[in-house]
Amino acid sequence: MLDRVVVVGAGVVGLSIARVLSALEGLEVVVVEKEADVGWGASKANTGIIHSGYDDDPVKYPNRARLAVKGNRLWTTWAEQLSIPVDWCGSLVLARSLEDRRVLRKLLARGIRNGVPALRILDGEEVRALEPMVSEDVVEALWSPTAGVLSPYEATVALAENCVENGVKILTETLVKGVRVKGGSVEGVETSRGFIGARWVVNAAGLYADEIARMAGVSDYTITPRRGEYLVFDKDAGPKPSRILFPSPTPVSKGVVVETTVAGNLMIGPNAVDLPRDAKEETYTTKEGLAYVWREASKLVKKLPGKREVIRVFSGLRPQPSGGDFIVRVLEEPEGFVEAAGMRSPGLAAAPAVALEILRLMRLNGLDHGFKKRWKAERRAGLRIMGLGWDMLEKTVPRNPSYGRVVCWCEGVTEGEVVDAIRRGAKTIDGVKFRTRAGMGRCQGAFCRLRIAAILARELGKPIWSITVKGTGSELGVGDVKSLLEGEDVAD
Amino acid sequence: MRTLPTRRVDLLVVGGGPAGLAAAARASELGVRRVVLVDERRWLGGILPQCIHPGFGFHRYGRDMTGCELAEKLIDRVSSLDVDVYTEAHTVRMGYESYLSKTAEVLTPRGAFRFRAKTVVYAAGARERTCFEAGIVGSRPAGVYTAGEVQEMMDVWGILPGREAVVAGSGDVGLIVARRLTLEGVKVKAVVELMPYPGGLLRNVVQCLEDYQIPLLLSHVVLAVEGSKRVESVLVAEVDENLRAREETVKRIPCDLLVIAVGLIPRVELLAGAGAMIDPKTGGPVVNEFLETSLPGVFAAGNALVINDLVEHAMEQGELAAESAYRFIEDGGFRSASWKRVRVGDGLRFVVPQLLAGFRDVKLYLRASSPSENTRLLIPELEKSVRLRSVRPAEMITLTLKAEDVLKAERLTIKLV
Ligand SMILES: Cc1cc2nc3c(=O)[nH]c(=O)nc-3n(C[C@H](O)[C@H](O)[C@H](O)COP(=O)(O)OP(=O)(O)OC[C@H]3O[C@@H](n4cnc5c(N)ncnc54)[C@H](O)[C@@H]3O)c2cc1C
Ligand SMILES: Cc1cc2nc3c(=O)[nH]c(=O)nc-3n(C[C@H](O)[C@H](O)[C@H](O)COP(=O)(O)OP(=O)(O)OC[C@H]3O[C@@H](n4cnc5c(N)ncnc54)[C@H](O)[C@@H]3O)c2cc1C
Repeated sequence: MLDRVVVVGAGVVGLSIARVLSALEGLEVVVVEKEADVGWGASKANTGIIHSGYDDDPVKYPNRARLAVKGNRLWTTWAEQLSIPVDWCGSLVLARSLEDRRVLRKLLARGIRNGVPALRILDGEEVRALEPMVSEDVVEALWSPTAGVLSPYEATVALAENCVENGVKILTETLVKGVRVKGGSVEGVETSRGFIGARWVVNAAGLYADEIARMAGVSDYTITPRRGEYLVFDKDAGPKPSRILFPSPTPVSKGVVVETTVAGNLMIGPNAVDLPRDAKEETYTTKEGLAYVWREASKLVKKLPGKREVIRVFSGLRPQPSGGDFIVRVLEEPEGFVEAAGMRSPGLAAAPAVALEILRLMRLNGLDHGFKKRWKAERRAGLRIMGLGWDMLEKTVPRNPSYGRVVCWCEGVTEGEVVDAIRRGAKTIDGVKFRTRAGMGRCQGAFCRLRIAAILARELGKPIWSITVKGTGSELGVGDVKSLLEGEDVAD
Repeated sequence: MRTLPTRRVDLLVVGGGPAGLAAAARASELGVRRVVLVDERRWLGGILPQCIHPGFGFHRYGRDMTGCELAEKLIDRVSSLDVDVYTEAHTVRMGYESYLSKTAEVLTPRGAFRFRAKTVVYAAGARERTCFEAGIVGSRPAGVYTAGEVQEMMDVWGILPGREAVVAGSGDVGLIVARRLTLEGVKVKAVVELMPYPGGLLRNVVQCLEDYQIPLLLSHVVLAVEGSKRVESVLVAEVDENLRAREETVKRIPCDLLVIAVGLIPRVELLAGAGAMIDPKTGGPVVNEFLETSLPGVFAAGNALVINDLVEHAMEQGELAAESAYRFIEDGGFRSASWKRVRVGDGLRFVVPQLLAGFRDVKLYLRASSPSENTRLLIPELEKSVRLRSVRPAEMITLTLKAEDVLKAERLTIKLV
């Protein structure tokens, strides 16, 4: 029997699992992903918060409650090992009414129960001393110093790079169409590129986890999309809070957040809109959704920057499981089928803990591989020219002039960084963007998209028009200029 | 930490578009000694080389040229002079050290430098507003590009961007791109304009749309983009008097390309970062009649100062900025004066320069808020009135004031009645 594990889904959860499994001797780990790059599901478009873990009711949602707290702690190590920039800035849940204050006390009690360290309730004066920008009517806040923010796409890319270094194969643009089960055991997955045999199949397919489960004959849950929309402001727009600002939560969501991203942009969002089960690609933004986000965010702070300072809006879909709790399990039937599904928020925070939990459960169910002697925990991030001191620049640029050639003017990204991103696995314009930030500035790529496409075309040996923004079907153009007229009778 | 190699110069020109090229050339011709021009692109000319259409330079050279031809002319002029040109030189930061010393940190493939300049002409041009800034919602697939990007795509890189297009915005840029697409065989299904009148020159409406039977939808707005990997359609609606979409008029236009041509914004980040005051009306810096910003010895010109519809305006601003820099160097700066702030009255969006003292005759650049016929430009304090047959926001209005008139007035207001 081939000892291979196939992980379906290269999101933060699937890749965290792959990372953990890659530490085992004699186990081949293959990650299968339908998109052209890693992290393009829920893992790309979220708030990026490593929650501290007081949100979830340990009775109703034991997995969420337990794994968020543990995941938060694990991220401190993982982020360092993987060179993922995290701002451990802490969070404030703001209370603006008596009712809100009651909610804070509930959260505090829950946090204590979940084992969250260092929680404290601050009075209005203390809150304003920490964050002068909060709204006048804030009377109290729950201060949670262990929360942090990271860039979620940087995190998935870092995980993927570390996985690859440890021997994991990541197959992109490969769609899982079936799970082959024989005699009560999984045998592998049918994909758009053929069959991949495996002893274990780990279902980390995000929004599609219920469908993958059905392919394996498991049908005790469904996943529905819950949309969240965001507005991102120009880097120069402020004021920006130093900590994450939450409203008092409602039963559906943690509410619209005001935060400063690790890149330094003020960002507000998300709302929470439940969509029908088949709306799994509807990452639209809507006028109403964005207006709601704006209204809710305005309640937390004295003043938002002008609407003209918004440089981008986007939305993401949370995979909302029918039972509410994360589904983390190894099934008896079919044997070898493992699930990390229903990863709604705080799935990002919980991911490392989910991965370790999966390993524990797999071990209980017969996985008996020992640890590798040589496993690389560390991953080195690419060079960020604008983050270097000028003395470092003086050393770097003469050695490699492409690090002196700025291609993204808004974010100051150089050709050298783009080439490095391509060598590390970017095949698309978005792939370059999520690795380097090229195109994430105020002009949103209008100045740099073509130059980046030209570099991709050169490195990949393809015509420039065929370079894609986000995989097959999203080519930059439809051909070369004049190609529409070719073959037509022009004299006609 | 070691410091950067520093080069002392008399004039640093940031930006090698028509404004910057004209400034560098004029300064050098006047005898300014160490003139350096930096531009982040691989070639000079700013946006000119991507404009293969005619319409450039007629007022100045009596000959209608394409953007490329004009660029060549300007580049030739600079090459024949003693100007140090750095291309692929991105200015990362500017700083104001003292009255006679401004710094700019520049990154190039040949290394990083710091320039320490007596004077700076800032001519970094503009950027285009994006679909997000235009409030367009929906999905975010491939096939949504700004107009300048589409021009560059077709005429610099040879990429055909789509088969069926909708253009958002009817300014000159949108109109010209609509025609350019049509000439390449792309079907332009509509040019969509929010206002009840076209944003560009009438000449361009005729030559770019009517001649090619491209529909112009006035008082319409592009609401949303649809499509997963590639644009599949856009939603368009009519707007009411308050420019709000009327829900009952929403219609879907199938297309695979949405061109965003909804205006330009001066690129002033470096100036603002160095401490210059920005005018919210123009988006550019506040300047006086020398085109000097609130940082002494730092001048602004071209689209970085104010969005120009005519390249000649950008060039003459560049030349004036250069003359001012020359005087600044020669005289060690300008004398103090009581600057009068020009107040923008009814009917106008902005006036540049914003500050006048009467040291010199001054050309004012103004933009009307809306189109109208038979109007008058009024400066009540000077009892000056100029008759204008028709004004349109698309066409910059210019007006020259005599120094002695400015000196006479206590205050200055300009309005359109
Ligand atoms: C709006 C929003 C805000 C959020 N905020 C936070 C937050 O602040 N903090 C936090 O901790 N969590 C947050 N979350 C939750 C977090 O983003 C998710 O829990 C996490 O990203 C889930 O990761 P995943 O790997 O399970 O899913 P995904 O990232 O969706 O990965 C699943 C992958 O499977 C692939 N796939 C699916 N079907 C197939 C198939 N048939 N074949 C091959 N591949 C397939 C998909 O393409 C996808 O890449 C938020 C989520 C959203 C949407
Ligand atoms: C699509 C389009 C069509 C037009 N058609 C016509 C027409 O038909 N007729 C006409 O008269 N006018 C036309 N115009 C207007 C005219 O072209 C502009 O007014 C003029 O080009 C502005 O020149 P500029 O030098 O200010 O800016 P730009 O041409 O934009 O040049 C600025 C330069 O500065 C560089 N730069 C910016 N920041 C930095 C930095 N930090 N470091 C280094 N370099 C930097 C930029 O990359 C750029 O090369 C058109 C404009 C557009 C956009």
